[in-house]
Amino acid sequence: MAFITGAARGQGRSHAVRLAEEGADIIAVDIAADIASVRRFYPGATEADLAETVREVEALGRRIVATKADVRDYDALKHALDDGVAQLGHVDIVVANAAIWIFGKLAHEVDEEDWQDLIDVNLTGVWHTAKAAIPHLTGQGTGGSIIIISSTAGLKGTPYAVQYVTSKHAVIGLMRTLAVELAPQSIRVNTVNPTGVDTIMIQNEATWKLFLPDVEHPTREQVAEVFTPTNALPVPWVEPRDVSNAVLFLASDEARYITGTTLLVDAGYTIR
Amino acid sequence: MAGRVAGKVALITGAARGQGRSHAVRLAQEGADIIALDLCDQVASVGYPLATPADLAETVGLVEALDRRAVAVQADVRDHAGLVKALDDAVAQLGQLDIVSANAGILSFGTAAGLDEASWQDMIDVNLTGVWHTARAVIPHLIASGRGGSIVLTSSGVVLRGTPNCAHYVSAKHGLVGLMRTLALELAPHWIRVNSLHPTSVDTAMIRNPQTLGLFRPDLENPGVDDVVATFQAKNALPIPWVEAVDVSNALLFLVSDEARYITGVPLPVDAGYSII
Repeated sequence: MAFITGAARGQGRSHAVRLAEEGADIIAVDIAADIASVRRFYPGATEADLAETVREVEALGRRIVATKADVRDYDALKHALDDGVAQLGHVDIVVANAAIWIFGKLAHEVDEEDWQDLIDVNLTGVWHTAKAAIPHLTGQGTGGSIIIISSTAGLKGTPYAVQYVTSKHAVIGLMRTLAVELAPQSIRVNTVNPTGVDTIMIQNEATWKLFLPDVEHPTREQVAEVFTPTNALPVPWVEPRDVSNAVLFLASDEARYITGTTLLVDAGYTIR
Repeated sequence: MAGRVAGKVALITGAARGQGRSHAVRLAQEGADIIALDLCDQVASVGYPLATPADLAETVGLVEALDRRAVAVQADVRDHAGLVKALDDAVAQLGQLDIVSANAGILSFGTAAGLDEASWQDMIDVNLTGVWHTARAVIPHLIASGRGGSIVLTSSGVVLRGTPNCAHYVSAKHGLVGLMRTLALELAPHWIRVNSLHPTSVDTAMIRNPQTLGLFRPDLENPGVDDVVATFQAKNALPIPWVEAVDVSNALLFLVSDEARYITGVPLPVDAGYSII
């Protein structure tokens, strides 16, 4: 049984589908709405998106409980998880995947709302996700696996995205703390750290213009040529399924003694 | 359903027993044919018995019992020319090479100031230079195939957090991370991925011997494995003294499979949280 945040589309939907392919039932949450400070970059997920995730999981013959909930709202998130566990029986795997991407200003020029919204979703939202899940995992007494989606930006500096970089670094600290605190109960905690992933989070004109500032209407193909040389393997980005395969590995018993790690899925980005 | 490395050929060094044997079996379970390489002889400065030809034969038998092909190679990773010849023969027999597990390694003890020349040199020669020799020998095959490939170096949890009494081992295992990153960068254009594994203590002959046990329980005259469980367990976050060889094999399998097709240049701990406490 896997609890996945940000499950309406992109990586979150991919994680839900991949885990369902391997037999898991799913408790899915998503804000399924716009956040004002993000909207100028790309649109938020919708309820129709969340319904499509439900359809794809059910088509695999697995059960799914999907709830519209904002990870910044602890009570709503906890309610969604408790409701899902009541319906499905238990929870074993937690994928803290919900996140937003705001960028474009130097660190000293970022305004309060842009900073606060991103920290609230990408960091506090992850803590809320763990906080809601931990009593279930410890109460069940059968261990568990918490996987937090961080980023290469959690390990390296990237300009014009201070709050994103800060939040992705911070969740590594959160992960290490949780890993130490929960180890006695055999609950493992790790991060997955992808390079750019082929989803709407980077595939939007605002992001493309960040990397091609001199081009008036950059295209996906043009930005691919900019991204590719930043990686060691000759690809511009990874697919959501590549991250999902790493999530699956960490969630499975094959990784029963892997905890406290940052698993890079980055085409060699961090070693360049 | 096809195995996760079906149709592939994997070279494993140090395959006669322990982690290497486990890797051979695990990859064979998932459809790979195996080149099992081992020295099958003693190294003078090592204080516990190393693998024998009978051990290597048993590994071959386990692979063949899974209906996979296995070629046994007795070779010394310190001898580059001999290694190249032996591997070229083995690859010719099986027709291809896709996966390389550079696992062969030894352990011996002494303080940094007190280690003798022979202990230091043997350690660097096997655990570091031997891995470079292995890479040199396999790279032409992997590049020539045009299909990419996956190389995994067995490093150690001690790279992520220090440990006393084996400075030569720790140095060699650190060195492997640098070698891994360099190989990953150089071979990326050929779609050959290179990563490293960092286990905490693994339950094999490398720790189950009087010399290692004595180091961790100097207060006892003849410590057994049970006497060191608490000492080993205290080093890990998860409440276990060591991992099983199959746990390292599962991580190896993930890294060499297509599920990890974009993972390169990465050190993967299998360490029960050893490096974070």
